[in-house]
Amino acid sequence: MSTILIIFCVLSAVTLATAFLTIFSRNPIHSAIYLVICFFSIAGHYLLLNSQFLAIVHVIVYSGAIMILFLFTIMLMNLNEEKEVHRPRITRLGAIVSFCLICLILIAIFINSKPIVGEYVTTGEDYQSIKVLGKVLLNEYMVPFEFASILLLVAMIGTVLLSKKEKLQK
Amino acid sequence: MDSTIIIEKSVIIVAVFALTMLMAMYSTWAERKVAAWLQDRVGPNRAGPFGLFQPLADGLKLFSKEEFEPNTPNRFLFFVGPAIAMSTALMTSAVIPWGDRLHLFGRDILLQATDLNIGLLYFIGVVSVGVYGIMIGGWASNNKFSLIGAVRAASQMVSYEVAMGLSLIALLMMTGTLSLREISAQQAGMDWNVFYQPLSFIIFLICAFAEANRTPFDLAECETELIGGYHTEYSSMKMGFYLFAEYANMFISSTILAVLFFGGYNYPGMSWVVENWGVNIANVMGFGALFIKLCGFIFFFMWVRWTIPRFRYDQLMHLGWRILIPLSIVNIMITGIVMLRADIAAYFGF
Repeated sequence: MSTILIIFCVLSAVTLATAFLTIFSRNPIHSAIYLVICFFSIAGHYLLLNSQFLAIVHVIVYSGAIMILFLFTIMLMNLNEEKEVHRPRITRLGAIVSFCLICLILIAIFINSKPIVGEYVTTGEDYQSIKVLGKVLLNEYMVPFEFASILLLVAMIGTVLLSKKEKLQK
Repeated sequence: MDSTIIIEKSVIIVAVFALTMLMAMYSTWAERKVAAWLQDRVGPNRAGPFGLFQPLADGLKLFSKEEFEPNTPNRFLFFVGPAIAMSTALMTSAVIPWGDRLHLFGRDILLQATDLNIGLLYFIGVVSVGVYGIMIGGWASNNKFSLIGAVRAASQMVSYEVAMGLSLIALLMMTGTLSLREISAQQAGMDWNVFYQPLSFIIFLICAFAEANRTPFDLAECETELIGGYHTEYSSMKMGFYLFAEYANMFISSTILAVLFFGGYNYPGMSWVVENWGVNIANVMGFGALFIKLCGFIFFFMWVRWTIPRFRYDQLMHLGWRILIPLSIVNIMITGIVMLRADIAAYFGF
């Protein structure tokens, strides 16, 4: 038990440290690299919870995502200028308020999902295996699953529409 | 934990590591020999018989070269780049089943470092991390050409990973498992997946070329445009690590191709050999079969390198997004329809 605790402490320290460094480092590329390390240590947490599938999917999804972040950082930002961007006070206030709201929602989710998770633990099935996971997702949680995919689709179409150049009307 | 398991696994891990390094070393030799053969030349023949000691001489040369560093503000990242490339290239071999099992000292020894439930996803994950070595190294070199090479490698990886994943989904729908050991075991005899999923195999093969940064997809190190691409500023063994990682990746990709589509360690008549000559001989022969298959793929990689010229960048993106991804989606749909043909026929009342 103590080894797992030590690993957990080290991983948590790495996660928190790199998460803070992501925000505080001046160089955007360094930020992105810290973000990669942060996500990998979160994958380590998943492994500690014995969910290999979640860990490896996390690595696959986020390594690709951060690679795109890298590309955008290099292409769109002026890397030589390492000045802190000044933001108006209302933006900072908005950021704080939305952070608090997200915290509230997350806490509500955890409190409400605890009894449901407890039910799964007592059935004794192997909920780490992909077969069981897929069946649960597509039988019991079919509707939320489809809603999540529609959300992703809408986000994708929205991005394409936004990035499309508008035709000049004369 | 059982101490014998630790010893057993360490022996297997060291053996796989040694095999990967040896194959990467001799791939450099084989590449030059194959190139010479295809172009009607002799190839390296000075060091040892048939030039067999050439890789050793090359390694010695790379180690003793002067270590040059560019004037870069990211010295640490400049060192980390080749390290990531090399370690990810070596990590993938952990999930590959090199054979079924040996029966030694009264215990069954699985010829695999670890049998992950999600072996195939592990392979995809590690490969996608591998490009970070190129990206970080190319960026930290503080050089325009390196940066362009790195950006090309990254966008190529992002594009081809989609097609690779989609092509594997069709295969997974058939096998119903992600464990490479079970996928190998399902293909006993000549029941190879390539006969059921030829389209998936071709898409995966093309994507494997792209992921290993081999010609015709080696735009990241395109010499005619970018000097040396992402490793322009590298010298000595750091450069050697990048080249070594490329050959190790080629070896691993060939092995994965052989395991997924060409039956892995299976060969015709394996069950007969198990019954008559014993488990050990059958599985040593099985390892030999896998080795022959993967050598065939390595030869194919080299053959293509000296046959097809490098693509233009827009052609590369066109092939990835407009041809391979739609093809693999069509393949998934066809596979689904064929798997459910009985249900569909019953639904329409045939």
